[in-house]
Amino acid sequence: MPANLSRPALVLIALAVLTLLSIVCFMTLGAKGSWSFVLSFRGKKLLGLILVAYAISVSTVLFQTVANNRILTPSIMGFDALYVLIKTGLVFFFGIGALVAVDPQIQFVLQVAVMVVFALLLFRWLFLGEERSLHLLVLVGIVFGILFRSISNLLQRMLDPGAFNVLQDSMYASFATTDATLLAISCVIVLAVSLVAWRILPAFDVLSLGRAQAINLGVNYQRTVVTILVLIAVLVSVSTALVGPITFFGLLVATLAHSLVGNSRHIYVLPASVLLAVICLVGGQTLLERAFAFDTALSIIIEFLGGIVFIFLVLRRSAR
Amino acid sequence: MIVTNQVTKSYGDSCVVDGVTLNLPKGGITSIIGPNGAGKSTLLSMVSRLMSMDKGSVTVDGLDVTKTASDVLARRLSILRQENHMTARLTPADKIHIDQAINYLNLDALSHRFLDELSGGQRQRAFVAMVLCQDTDYVLLDEPLNNLDMKHAMAMMKLLRKAADELGKTVVLVLHDINFASWYSDYIVAMKHGKVAAQGTAEAMIVPAVLAEIYEMDIKVHQIGGQRISVYYG
Repeated sequence: MPANLSRPALVLIALAVLTLLSIVCFMTLGAKGSWSFVLSFRGKKLLGLILVAYAISVSTVLFQTVANNRILTPSIMGFDALYVLIKTGLVFFFGIGALVAVDPQIQFVLQVAVMVVFALLLFRWLFLGEERSLHLLVLVGIVFGILFRSISNLLQRMLDPGAFNVLQDSMYASFATTDATLLAISCVIVLAVSLVAWRILPAFDVLSLGRAQAINLGVNYQRTVVTILVLIAVLVSVSTALVGPITFFGLLVATLAHSLVGNSRHIYVLPASVLLAVICLVGGQTLLERAFAFDTALSIIIEFLGGIVFIFLVLRRSAR
Repeated sequence: MIVTNQVTKSYGDSCVVDGVTLNLPKGGITSIIGPNGAGKSTLLSMVSRLMSMDKGSVTVDGLDVTKTASDVLARRLSILRQENHMTARLTPADKIHIDQAINYLNLDALSHRFLDELSGGQRQRAFVAMVLCQDTDYVLLDEPLNNLDMKHAMAMMKLLRKAADELGKTVVLVLHDINFASWYSDYIVAMKHGKVAAQGTAEAMIVPAVLAEIYEMDIKVHQIGGQRISVYYG
């Protein structure tokens, strides 16, 4: 091990190599027929997976920074259930016909806007003001999640079967079939989010010291937290629109990233969690498609592992 | 100068801080003493804008703490709270770029350990070093002697005394040990039931009549080596 490289740097290099390896495998393994077709077909899929990996990992790490703990994630707090509810609500109230008439990209931007408004209304109070106990936050998250899912279910049952069919696609997490129509607009949105995040990057480290320390050190707490919640809402919208809700994936990669990097600097933790997420999704998808020849099980495996990590973290926290 | 004007904070029906009006002088060490639940920490949190107040106002050098930009205040005033939970994994060296502060607080040997690997007292010293590194005119400390043994408690108070005398800092701290307050403070404010019960110099405050009024117990005061020492152990 070269002595002049720090542990975070080494971790990042190793992860980058693994990421490249999994991308190359995903693009080339088992390719039959014309390369131009294979590469463009798989390229779209790859782009979708990378966007989802990026959106989920960044939103989770930022959420944990704002919530100042390592157990909560946007999914656990019901963010993606909220997105599904908004989508269901739009289909329910405006009818599938009205939605088909609108360009899907414009529709998506509208949905993201509605999502941001509702997420701010619902979650702002939790993270501003006095610090709240972890148990309260978890309970609120579970209650919100169940509430959003139940209302979605109710509305879906009242829909006509045709409209329900269209909706159903976005309800199941499936990495094999990312929604290709939204790739371009998702890229633009994710880029915009990243630019904003980059500008306030130094504040993330200060925020992770906790509310009191952040205010003490001169961070405009209210404005920064609201900005980050907006970023999270947008990123969750992107990932949910592309592959549907996934509960524990973010927790899995964020926890792994923190323990691999070994310190809490966002400049290391954020890229590490993105790379880990890409490795999990792209590598996992390759492995399943090429080595085991089944298609839909990746989300189940990831949820299984992520769920175990979640239980482990909760138990360890309560044991302390 | 820190000026609080009719500052009030209630939780539900119970008024924790009840119309406190204070002028804390610039320079020197001011100690806030008083029984548990007197509202000392709450007052300090409101002065340092960590907590909102229901009524009243606080100004630091004429800047209203609720209206002034947070980063402007952060250059004038820093606070260390009583309890500091930190999920971030930091080493003292990460946080404290000024070697001097580490040195002052005897943290050299520990500067590369993670904070959650330190003992309570070591962590407390690291937190105080962190606040001192902010290098503000006003330093607010809520029970900085928590978890410290006699040697380190004494060293901490000496350090704060030095910061006040040599660097011209204004140190405001909540203390439970009235003997430390007596020995090191220029000014003492006593709180009880959310109100200011008494205030004055150490000579005026550390007398049996005043202490009995504040703590509702018999406290004898002896002069030892020119200092007023209270005895209340039985």
